[in-house]
Amino acid sequence: MDLSTIIELLGSTVRLGTPLLLMCLAGLYSERAGVVDIGLEGKALVAAFFSAAIAYVTGSVILGLLAAIAASLVFSLIHGLASITFRGNQLISGVALNFLASGMTVLIAQTWFGQGGQTPALGDVRYKPITLPFADTLEPVPVLGPVYHDLISGHSILVYVAFLLVPVTWWVLYRTRFGLRLRAVGENPGAVDTAGVSVARLRFTSVLIAGLLCGLAGSYLSTGLQAGFVKEMVAGRGYIALAALIFAKWRPWYALSATMLFGLLQAVALRYQNINLGDGIIIPVQFMNVLPYILTIIILAGFVGAAIPPRASGEPYTKER
Amino acid sequence: MTDIAPAIELKGISKAFGPVQANKDISIRVMPGTIHGIIGENGAGKSTLMSILYGFYKADAGEIWVDGRKADITDSQAAIAAGIGMVFQHFKLVENFSVVENVILGAEDGAFLRPSVSKARKTLKQLAEEYEMHVDPDALIEHLSVGHQQRVEILKALYREANILILDEPTGVLTPAEADHLFRILDNLRKEGKTIILITHKLREIMEITDTVSVMRRGQMTATVKTAETSPEELAELMVGRKVLLRVDKQPPTPGEVILSVKDLHVTDDKGVERVKGISFDIRAGEILGIAGVAGNGQSELMNVLGGIMEASGQITMMGAPLPLSGKGSDGFARRQANIGHVPEDRQREGLIMEFTAWENTVFGYHLDPQWQKGPLMDNKAIRAEAAAKMDRFDVRPPDPDLKAKNFSGGNQQKVVLAREIERNPDLLLVGQPTRGVDIGAIEFIHQEIVRLRDAGKAILLVSVELDEIMSLSDRIAVMFDGKIMGERLPAQTNERELGLLMAGISGEPGKEDWKAVEESLAAVEQEEASQNG
Repeated sequence: MDLSTIIELLGSTVRLGTPLLLMCLAGLYSERAGVVDIGLEGKALVAAFFSAAIAYVTGSVILGLLAAIAASLVFSLIHGLASITFRGNQLISGVALNFLASGMTVLIAQTWFGQGGQTPALGDVRYKPITLPFADTLEPVPVLGPVYHDLISGHSILVYVAFLLVPVTWWVLYRTRFGLRLRAVGENPGAVDTAGVSVARLRFTSVLIAGLLCGLAGSYLSTGLQAGFVKEMVAGRGYIALAALIFAKWRPWYALSATMLFGLLQAVALRYQNINLGDGIIIPVQFMNVLPYILTIIILAGFVGAAIPPRASGEPYTKER
Repeated sequence: MTDIAPAIELKGISKAFGPVQANKDISIRVMPGTIHGIIGENGAGKSTLMSILYGFYKADAGEIWVDGRKADITDSQAAIAAGIGMVFQHFKLVENFSVVENVILGAEDGAFLRPSVSKARKTLKQLAEEYEMHVDPDALIEHLSVGHQQRVEILKALYREANILILDEPTGVLTPAEADHLFRILDNLRKEGKTIILITHKLREIMEITDTVSVMRRGQMTATVKTAETSPEELAELMVGRKVLLRVDKQPPTPGEVILSVKDLHVTDDKGVERVKGISFDIRAGEILGIAGVAGNGQSELMNVLGGIMEASGQITMMGAPLPLSGKGSDGFARRQANIGHVPEDRQREGLIMEFTAWENTVFGYHLDPQWQKGPLMDNKAIRAEAAAKMDRFDVRPPDPDLKAKNFSGGNQQKVVLAREIERNPDLLLVGQPTRGVDIGAIEFIHQEIVRLRDAGKAILLVSVELDEIMSLSDRIAVMFDGKIMGERLPAQTNERELGLLMAGISGEPGKEDWKAVEESLAAVEQEEASQNG
């Protein structure tokens, strides 16, 4: 494997890992506050649809992005109402939203565009790659040049946003008042309540942050990674992001490594299909696709250190003495 | 007296949860710089009243006055702003946060943590020196002993500049030495002019530390008296509404042959931690062996092994016949077949099925007995009739066998369990925490039943964290600490202080009243524990 292949593979890893990273961070905010969000998938799906649809209709990527975020936030609000205000089962609320997204996007797409549940191809109305300063000047420099030009430079804005969100999330979580309260409400909401802080408001805030991030992820999928919305285009990434979240033990920097590892697996699967190890031993492409889940099961079985979720995650808060 | 405004005045507070009137028209005045006790049985409405004062619940009617001004306490934030702090029975701490993080939570200065943390460190240091409350600010809560966790709760309130401190059943989880230390802290706080409201069901604590005491019964305030002018007997009568026997009335024991013999018993839990480290003892017919100890020192595991819930190594013989400690024949059913009755420590999880009716609960564990079979089916009619008779004999209220277990009060739930185990006439009865969460009136009855079984020549193993209960009920006392038996004493020849030291892992006699030495050894023990955990 030569340098250019490796760079290409890693570049593809970054692009495929970005939506996972955004959704993983979304799940992190939500679950750290004690709200399990299995609806990442659905939120990203409505976001992907509205991003592509509005971008196509208005010719503006920005309006597409705003529409994506708005749609995802509406879904988050529903999830918040069901699981925080009315103390419903968080898994059921999330699953319901996934079904709703899956049916609704295709239905609206068919009504608006009549192309079998897709949006028309976006052509040029997409996130443009950003060329970082000196990328072209430095290209001839051996090794570092191509790495900078082809791997670090040349991605769309949302990729940089996603990577920047990792240190930002770490800082918010561990260095701010909001982060302290967020972590506390996911561990022991009773402690937060008796300290005179509203549990519901904190949880709503974090669920809405999750919605915002899923909006970015969805928009990136349909308007950056691909050129238009197709049916079920999130394709299980929401669940892989949840798996990555467990893999990452609910920590931001680990989330980066976990999602990039899963991104690499996808990149390899995409590029090589079946991998021939010689001697007739072939790793089928399906194996690469299930690997994230297998890794997660291994983690959950406790082979690589215990993954302990926030103690109060999944439990609606009711006052008791 | 009249020109000082009360620190707290409640006027006509009422609160209902559905059909249950938890608080009915309650008025109370707490003077500043005093310790005011609130005593009452479980479910009398003490905790509800205090939760209303702390803004955790909202009263249906009534007014709260703080320092002579009407306060509108709508939530905990408002209570904190009014200078009220509360230490809940179940601590409200984030277990994997450090002490300092728990202290600043909700009381941060500004949006960033760093300035808050350094300010809190400074304040914690001052408070520690002022009130003898030393805690490592960087220790994680889960690594602290229960006593220290409680200290953090008090520090939290003081950090928020509380002038009025409410403590809900603070000593339930403490060793006697820790409880003494807590009372010294409270005394210091009182000297500094703080007002303290102490909720408890323990008469001894009320008599020891409070200035005034209010008694609650069934949601109402029945009396407020000066502590110096009352007696435990009077308070108990006010609580229950009738005369109560506070001492267990029993004759000296007449021990017979050995019923149960335990030799070199080792128990390792499923995390691989050795919980019981080679203990041996005998129990004879007609005697009550009490196991004292702070919760978590191996008593529960001992009970579980004897009751057939956990596996172990070592030797136990029941009336001469060895009992298997692992594999076939070591389960709870086999133990019951060997005539061992078991009243588990956690009656709601292990003693009863809360969603099932009382009559179903009176037969579990013995449901395969021939007398309850009718061909291939169970003779539910007979079981139900027998359950009604048992409930009558054990004075279970209400005496309705069709009521679900969860709808009975704690004391009546315990009576259902006791009825099931005692009525089968076991040779050995294992009793864990028989009166935890049980009203004074029911405690009296439960103790009498246990003594009656002893007088019928049966052996009884009693495990309890209530030292009073151990002292008054046992014929012989063994103290467990860290999986070992620290020593055996006769109730008549020991006292709470000696047992308290054994419970803390200190054997031998320290100098009289030499608390410094005791504190130091306690601190050493705690440090050792902390280093083992870390």
